[in-house]
Amino acid sequence: MNKFGFSTHASRVIDYETIDTKLISYIVENEPSFASCISCGSCTATCSAANLTYFNIRRLNVQIRLGEFEEIQQEIDKCMLCGKCMLVCPRGINTRNVIMLIKRGLTTLEIKK
Amino acid sequence: MIDVIIIGGGIAGLETACTLHTQGIESLILEKEKEIGGKLTQWDSLFPSNRNAKELVETYKDEIQKHTITVYVNTKVIAIKKQNDGTFEIFTSREIVFKAKTIVIASGYSIFNAERKEEYGYAIYPNVITSADLEHMFATKKELKAPSGRTLERVAFIHCVGSRDEKVGNHYCSRLCCVTGVKQAIKIRQMLPETHVFNFYMDLRMYGLGFEEMYREAQEKHGVQFIRGRVSEIAQTNEGRLQLKAEDTLAARPVRMQVDMVVLLVGMEAPECNSILGKSCNIQYNAAQFIVPQDIHYSSGITSAEGVFVSGTSIAPLSVFDTINHARSTALAVSNFLMPIQNE
Repeated sequence: MNKFGFSTHASRVIDYETIDTKLISYIVENEPSFASCISCGSCTATCSAANLTYFNIRRLNVQIRLGEFEEIQQEIDKCMLCGKCMLVCPRGINTRNVIMLIKRGLTTLEIKK
Repeated sequence: MIDVIIIGGGIAGLETACTLHTQGIESLILEKEKEIGGKLTQWDSLFPSNRNAKELVETYKDEIQKHTITVYVNTKVIAIKKQNDGTFEIFTSREIVFKAKTIVIASGYSIFNAERKEEYGYAIYPNVITSADLEHMFATKKELKAPSGRTLERVAFIHCVGSRDEKVGNHYCSRLCCVTGVKQAIKIRQMLPETHVFNFYMDLRMYGLGFEEMYREAQEKHGVQFIRGRVSEIAQTNEGRLQLKAEDTLAARPVRMQVDMVVLLVGMEAPECNSILGKSCNIQYNAAQFIVPQDIHYSSGITSAEGVFVSGTSIAPLSVFDTINHARSTALAVSNFLMPIQNE
């Protein structure tokens, strides 16, 4: 038997049946303003880390909701907690607290990755 | 004693007065400025038809004259006092006290002061202007140029300035800035075909009649480029251009752009007098100081105080289309209120 080496990729479809919502629930409970994000991107626009790395604080909201925890884990430490994003956020989200909650949540909650 | 006193001689007040007149009810208009027409006198053209704003103001001036409606200009209302018999006394900057059976508040709106968003550099950099300034430049046929005198290579419009912004205390959407941005972007492309126009938006709320069509026209016919992201700050370059920072959220990457002119699409705020009027005759108004109608669907021209009505943008940011319709419906509410009295 020849082995052709075919394999199938994991589905790219967002599957709401399998998403772990523990982290988003934990953040919104402790920082309710996070739920009001309108994804305007002014946080990323002003972010020093975003100028040089793939860290994108605006995308964290989507990533957390979609359960993309591995990517968050890889990027989260690039935030230097300078707080410029807090100054520009039109929704008044305490973004620095959100970062701290993500870090704490990733280590303390039992999250399905 | 007059039947109706209308506070404000903008299009809301003028339309209410004209409709009341056709119903056989006399009214009197108090206007704080030196002429009637309100904010419309400062506008160049109206969306979606691109008609001349002055022409509409002139139409109303003719109507007011034809109906012989009395207008007091340079008359600022200071307080309203309700009498025991249900009528009102109105105290103004004039010495006479006005007496009326009913009052219509048509106080309009004020334009957001862009200096409050310091990070955008309004009143710091000469080439950062507001949509109201640009409209005035269009109206006075002023040539559009960079302060250095060179032609405009790029112009950026920034949406939601002073609206949907916790930092300035305005949570609400001003609704009309989106379409104003589209209208003005088209106009610049028509006047200066070599100029590239970019609109930085978060959501484009093309809710009104003909708005979506204008947006599509801006894209297809005029090549206006829309970038989804809120500008975080603007700084001047050594050459006197403006550098702005945003995130192109659809590309998920920060973007920097140098432009020759920035237009801030400023929102609408309730005028200061709303809270003064509200307090003096016990009318309900919201945190943003817009007057709250008794019932938003069924009686949007009636306030929480009996005999006090509201017309136009005193309740919320409204387009000219919506303002005129609201003013007419308020006139009907006033006439329904007065009719039983007149039949006695």
